[in-house]
Amino acid sequence: MSFNYNDMIAVSPILFLSAYSLLLLIVDASLKRPANICYWLTLVGLVVSGFLTVFTYNASGNAFNGMVFTGRFPAFFEIVFVLSAALSVLLSKPYLEKERINFGEYYTLLLFATLGMMIMASARDLMVLFLGLELMSISLYVLAGFVRRDAKSNEASLKYFLLGAFATGFLLYGIALVYGASGTTNLSVILERFSVTQNDPLLWIGAALILVGLSFKISAVPFHMWVPDVYEGSPTTISGFMSTGSKAAAFAALVLVFSYSVHPSWQLQLVIAYLAAFTMVIGNLIALVQTNIKRMLAYSSIAHAGYALVGIAAANSLGRTGVLYYMLAYTFMQIGAFGVVSVLENKEGKYLQISDYEGLANKHPVIAALMALFMFSLAGLPPLAGFFGKYYLFASAVSAQMTWLAVVGVLASVVSVYFYLNVVVSMYFKELPEGSTSVAISKLGATALIIAAAAVIELGLTPGYVVALTERLF
Amino acid sequence: MIPLGYYIGLSAILFTIGVVGVLTLRNAIVIFMSVELMLNSANLALIAFSAYSGDPAGQILVFFVIAVAAAESAVGLAIIIALFRNKLTVNIDEVNVLKW
Repeated sequence: MSFNYNDMIAVSPILFLSAYSLLLLIVDASLKRPANICYWLTLVGLVVSGFLTVFTYNASGNAFNGMVFTGRFPAFFEIVFVLSAALSVLLSKPYLEKERINFGEYYTLLLFATLGMMIMASARDLMVLFLGLELMSISLYVLAGFVRRDAKSNEASLKYFLLGAFATGFLLYGIALVYGASGTTNLSVILERFSVTQNDPLLWIGAALILVGLSFKISAVPFHMWVPDVYEGSPTTISGFMSTGSKAAAFAALVLVFSYSVHPSWQLQLVIAYLAAFTMVIGNLIALVQTNIKRMLAYSSIAHAGYALVGIAAANSLGRTGVLYYMLAYTFMQIGAFGVVSVLENKEGKYLQISDYEGLANKHPVIAALMALFMFSLAGLPPLAGFFGKYYLFASAVSAQMTWLAVVGVLASVVSVYFYLNVVVSMYFKELPEGSTSVAISKLGATALIIAAAAVIELGLTPGYVVALTERLF
Repeated sequence: MIPLGYYIGLSAILFTIGVVGVLTLRNAIVIFMSVELMLNSANLALIAFSAYSGDPAGQILVFFVIAVAAAESAVGLAIIIALFRNKLTVNIDEVNVLKW
């Protein structure tokens, strides 16, 4: 057994955020009107935690006797989670005030969820992976149902909880079987045993069950049924946070378990490739017929999970680069799109239908331009961030001799252009409905949207920098 | 000593009962009980593997799972109560505001 301060430094963002969110919980409980203080403290905590990841960047290797993976890979994902959480928090305050649910616990729970994601991304042991996943999920179950008087929010929370716990059951049983087959829960040791005992059915069934459990979290078809309902019913800012942060965390775990730790053999690779193909096609096709914008974004989020799964299926270094780049790019564009909805929508449910966006460009030219930018990026039009993400992912499939998967992906994203551009057409080429009033846009929300938009453009113009960063991650 | 296969067989049966319960039953609380059955079947498998290989890691994982499951039930029952206050039902067929 060894214990040293290098280990503490290597996981300092996680340690800091654990202590900080517990303190925040006490602050929240001991003040009379804690919402605004919690809001600022949460932002400070996220910034400090993001700053600390800089120091962990060069601490490559393992910490705490091989339980925790440290260094560039977790640091990269920690930055993604912090950005996702910080943008959500910025958008949350005006949204929560509008919905009259501005309570301090919201921010604490959001920090706990972020902490769970960070733990997932640094899991070198299935035990740690399980704990991180549960910390994230349990916090998100509560956040999904945060509008307690709203039946929709209750329902979203219940569905998320029941199906999330169901998925946890699969994941845990998978962990149990893999443990039985390999005698350990440490991923690097499992990898070594795996190369010796290729034909152990217990290991295969276990790996498949873990894949099912994580597929629920990334919302891959056929495990996607909860996504549209949950994203529609949850508070909009939380939908944005769930569709980016929790998805990125599950992808980090997928990279650690499948693309990196356990080298996928031919069958497992093919299974993931089929999952990716179905997810891309079905997600995009169902998104075509949606009239509610949150539901449309939910199906689009399913489709984007499919694109990123292509990188996992390819299981080469280009694929990993693609997944990491895409998670960063996707975080900005998806939070931006949900952010626009959260800034515009009101308690009566206005701006939840796509038809409500008709003529928006005349009323709110800046917001409409930002929405158009996010839609173009989600559709994958160059030179925005979404285009380069898809390019790397599909290129990785071609280099892994799965050209068919790249073809399916390209066709699916052609279909997706229709429903993304539909929103843009509504905003710019439709008449403003009679008697429509303009909405007061909050400054905080607009700031977050502009940051996200700048990042989408910046990542698209200079993708080489981030790609060079991701290539040196392992 | 009872062979390891018996324990794993029992845990597989319990897991299957849990999965079928989640998929077929309509009461939110009973579905939740089925999920707990799935978690506990995994616990049983972990303990059996751990005991037969003489490695304590599996049993320690079970402690974590029990703690997590307790936290999950607290949140889950609170969610079900919040739903019941609004809709006066816990039957998931009647919880259908959201659909396409």
